[in-house]
Amino acid sequence: MNVGNRNTAGLTIGVLALQGAFSSHQRAFERVREGVRTRQVRLPRDLDGVDALAMPGGESSTMSQLLGSSRLFDAIATRIASGMPVFGTCAGVILLAKSVLDGRDDQRSFAALNATVRRNGYGRQIDSFEADIVVAGLHAPFPAVFIRAPIIESVGTDVEVLATHGGVPVAVATDRIVGITFHPELTDDLRLHGLFVDRIVGSLATNRR
Amino acid sequence: MTGDASGTFRVKRGLAEMMKGGVIMDVVTPGQARLAEDAGACAVMALERVPADIRRDGGVARMSDPEMIEGIKAAVSIPVMAKARIGHFVEAQILQSLGVDFVDESEVLTPADEAHHIDKFAFDVPFVCGATNLGEALRRISEGAAMIRSKGEAGTGNIVEAVRHLRNIIGDMRKITQADSAELFEWAKRLQAPLPLVQEIAETGWLPVPLFCAGGIATPADAAFAMQLGAEAVFVGSGIFKSDDPAPRAKAIVEATTHFRNPEILAKVSRGLGAPMTGIGMDEINQRYAERGW
Repeated sequence: MNVGNRNTAGLTIGVLALQGAFSSHQRAFERVREGVRTRQVRLPRDLDGVDALAMPGGESSTMSQLLGSSRLFDAIATRIASGMPVFGTCAGVILLAKSVLDGRDDQRSFAALNATVRRNGYGRQIDSFEADIVVAGLHAPFPAVFIRAPIIESVGTDVEVLATHGGVPVAVATDRIVGITFHPELTDDLRLHGLFVDRIVGSLATNRR
Repeated sequence: MTGDASGTFRVKRGLAEMMKGGVIMDVVTPGQARLAEDAGACAVMALERVPADIRRDGGVARMSDPEMIEGIKAAVSIPVMAKARIGHFVEAQILQSLGVDFVDESEVLTPADEAHHIDKFAFDVPFVCGATNLGEALRRISEGAAMIRSKGEAGTGNIVEAVRHLRNIIGDMRKITQADSAELFEWAKRLQAPLPLVQEIAETGWLPVPLFCAGGIATPADAAFAMQLGAEAVFVGSGIFKSDDPAPRAKAIVEATTHFRNPEILAKVSRGLGAPMTGIGMDEINQRYAERGW
């Protein structure tokens, strides 16, 4: 499983730090593989030297607003277009999705993930829940915490579904993007962060060749 | 779906985690709620009167009318919080049945029980409670609170009390991380707080739930001040809608909370906002809300 160790030294993962559970992602990435560093990203200049980006859970409408005022939106879009890997959880999936339902009219997304995502798809906080789910490539079930989570209603043929719950995808991936509607950063289980780091190392290595 | 668990402590604390780095704004109408969401609020607190008006009007302050809360829920897509009186578990039951996302067991309302807070483990909805010091924060957590906020002194537009409370809570946590294992027993006794929670702080250096700032924030600088002191998000009550021009101020406070360590951005967003709420000095008030709660 632990294929990333030899290549992760010096990897810098930016964590979008406009609003939300970004510190938990930092802690998870710094622990998951040796030598991985993180950096909080609030302004375009914070992206310099960042190998990949994590978009945390939080309020997607708040983040969308702040992405505009900080001019980060265009800076991130440019980096995504040139192949920067992105790990999105919950609100992060909404920011990545090609199509967003039940969002605000002015809400922007990066359209980096060929998927249709419904904001607050399960309802209000009272409908939030945790469940053990089976994830492709992980041996034991993953303890998933869903907080006012979005629902991935459909995905394109280029998107791999890594896990489903109640018949809908809850973890999806392409070669550069991992989108998870629950919160691996709220548990001590680092396997999904590890899966992303290993994928980045894989794709960066492919790139360099 | 089998195996799904709702209302667990992890699920409750999870929503508090999602509000970190954000601004929760008091609103009294659907229009204000929309303005708050437009400005980038990460949640709104639905109530009938902002604390400044509760303070002015006097009398008994209670849970808001469900119709008013429903109206605000319908107006926005972000989480909606509402306040119940300290100890008034029936108000909390009503708020939970309305589907509010977070209940604030709040000293801003008139306390309903002089000895007991609500047993918050009995609910699926998460609770936030105010605290003036670490012992109070830990007692609320031991009752099931999923988020702690400073009490500050609501409705004054004066940050001084919130600063005192944050410094109390965070300063004592710092000291506990320096204590040896025998001293933790004494800390638990002094704080009148459960020993396991004190031991957890010694290990992690922080509360087991997020710590937000509330009570007296009126400017972008106030919000950034609270964040630099160690608060993980801010509540703004009267500070927005008692100011001259709420919309730009709300947006500026959101920006300031995100870029709280960046003085250039703070200077930029603080420009031309019109007059903040007038505010009151601590020697001018006759009722300290922060003294409510036990």
